[in-house]
Amino acid sequence: MDVHIDHKVLCDLREIMEDGYLQLLDTFLEDSERRLSQLHQAKDAAELGMAAHSFKGSSSNMGAVGLAGLCQELEDRVRQLPLYGIEDLINRIDLEYREVQQFYGSERERISAG
Amino acid sequence: MPANQALRVLIAEDGAADRLLLAQIVRRQGHEVCTAEDGAQAVQLFMQQRPQIVLLDALMPVMDGFEAARQIKALAGEALVPIIFLTSLNEEQGLVRCLEAGGDDFMAKPYSPVILAAKIRAMDRLRRLQATVLEQRDQITRHHHHLLNEQRVAKAVFDKVAHSGCLNAPNIRYLQSPYALFNGDLLLAAYAPNGDMHLLLGDFTGHGLPAAVGAMPLAEVFYGMTAKGYGLVETLREMNAKLKRILPVDMFCCALLLNLSFQRGTVEVWSGGMPDGYRLSAAGEVLGVLASRHLPLGILPPERFDDSTCVLPLAEGERLLLLSDGVVDSGDAQERLFGEQRLHQVLAANREPAQLFDELMQALARFGGQARDDISLCDVRMLGPDGAAAQAVVYSDSGRSSPLDWSLDFELRGDSLRRFNPVPYLVQLLQEIHGLRPSSGLLHSVLSELYANALEHGVLGLDSSLKRDAQGFSEYYRQRAERLAAEVGGVVRIGLRVEPHATGGRLMIEVRDSGNGFDVASVLARSPQAQGFCGRGLNLVQRLAHSAEWLDGGRLARVAVQW
Repeated sequence: MDVHIDHKVLCDLREIMEDGYLQLLDTFLEDSERRLSQLHQAKDAAELGMAAHSFKGSSSNMGAVGLAGLCQELEDRVRQLPLYGIEDLINRIDLEYREVQQFYGSERERISAG
Repeated sequence: MPANQALRVLIAEDGAADRLLLAQIVRRQGHEVCTAEDGAQAVQLFMQQRPQIVLLDALMPVMDGFEAARQIKALAGEALVPIIFLTSLNEEQGLVRCLEAGGDDFMAKPYSPVILAAKIRAMDRLRRLQATVLEQRDQITRHHHHLLNEQRVAKAVFDKVAHSGCLNAPNIRYLQSPYALFNGDLLLAAYAPNGDMHLLLGDFTGHGLPAAVGAMPLAEVFYGMTAKGYGLVETLREMNAKLKRILPVDMFCCALLLNLSFQRGTVEVWSGGMPDGYRLSAAGEVLGVLASRHLPLGILPPERFDDSTCVLPLAEGERLLLLSDGVVDSGDAQERLFGEQRLHQVLAANREPAQLFDELMQALARFGGQARDDISLCDVRMLGPDGAAAQAVVYSDSGRSSPLDWSLDFELRGDSLRRFNPVPYLVQLLQEIHGLRPSSGLLHSVLSELYANALEHGVLGLDSSLKRDAQGFSEYYRQRAERLAAEVGGVVRIGLRVEPHATGGRLMIEVRDSGNGFDVASVLARSPQAQGFCGRGLNLVQRLAHSAEWLDGGRLARVAVQW
């Protein structure tokens, strides 16, 4: 069992999206960069929570179960002030995203190669 | 059910990947999709595209899903545009907010195409149900307007007929709920040619149009026969027979019919199935009750119909109060009835007759009865002998063909005496004489009086001195009915002789009966006051005719009318 990716979800997405699968992967990666920078630039708990919530939603849709779990953790965490030790959690999200990015990157290559 | 009826679906979601995915899922289910990136765009698109179902992300920039939902619901108006919130909100408060903002359902991430398809189908069912309900509501509203309009037209037509009478006479006060007709209430009044006033308060069974349809023929009979000079008895028989013929079995008409004779100071009453009417003094004390003694009109076949009326003295200024059952049967919230006792209290407390209706309506309101739309009240006051203004009659012919030299003899025997009233026919015949037309009321009165005398005193042998008081009155009319019901042995002969004069003409009326006659000299010697009701109406005849004499021991009356 892959802790990063739910392959069953990915398989379903491919079927659903048909020709749009590649575009979905690209869009998700672009979207995620935006979410990550939102996480880093958040000025208060509310902005942080909002970014975490959205990122959680899209990750779960894409089968990135590890990433979705961490975002959920962050979303829960920001409800309890002070935000002591929150950077650590954001760093773990960064690391997890690298995994996901790499995986989807290779998935992209694989599909393009046909 | 068409499982995949294509719908226009609006998706508002700020995450590009989620939006892409969701649009694809929905599109694959056969729907048309439009997408927005935030709440403001969603509202804009909703206005442009009028989608049937909206999928809204709860948390979006610019305008969040909650506000967008409120605005979309407001824009949708009465139509149901289901909103499914897309959310991974999992705390209770968030879900509650979705519903409170107008959301109809939610859908958690990650999206499941199967669940989403099922939700869209369920929402579509709700949407259609709501559309059907609205459509049916509008249809009912249209039908209702249509019905009201029909009622307005029917009422306008009916009012033309009903108000051709004399409800606006100075001695009548009445109050009717505007659409009382459609609750079967009917109030009619008309002058007879002799100046008597006929009045009918009727109440058809049922409600709505069925209750109103019988009113038209009944009014026609009432006006037609009253104008022709028929009495209550003939009119009642005709009304009953007509209603019996045309109404379905379960429909009939409770009715109270009055003939107010201002010249005689009497009122003749027939009531079938109506609540008690009241005889009131000028000051409003209850003098007596007009109780129903018969079945309503339209129930009994003509041969079993009881047309016996009752005649009461009614002095000038005394009044009759008639009311529909809507008054005493008004119920309050506890379903207690207003009842006769409360009515009596109102009558007793009344000081100013003109205020009586207001006081009654106030008492009903205080009682807490729901305002009923089938209340009819009528208060009719007795006038003096000259009270009834002569009714102008309009004739359509030139009068050049007036027959002016003729005579006619007419004899009534046995059964004809029991059932037939010759007066209207004779008056109509005399109408052919132009010069007599202005006197038709007078002729009617004189002929009625003479014929009644010949029949009641001559043939039936009734003693007019009975009519001394109210009790004697009812005894007199009881005996009259009794004797008419038995075999009638005598004869009444009526002779009319018309002769032209230089400028006009003369009508001689002779009425002879087979009775024992009476002491003419002593009756005529009495003053009109002393004669009262028992003077055989002789002074009335003397007053109206140009000359009147009684011959052959009172068996022959000879009256002359000149013009």
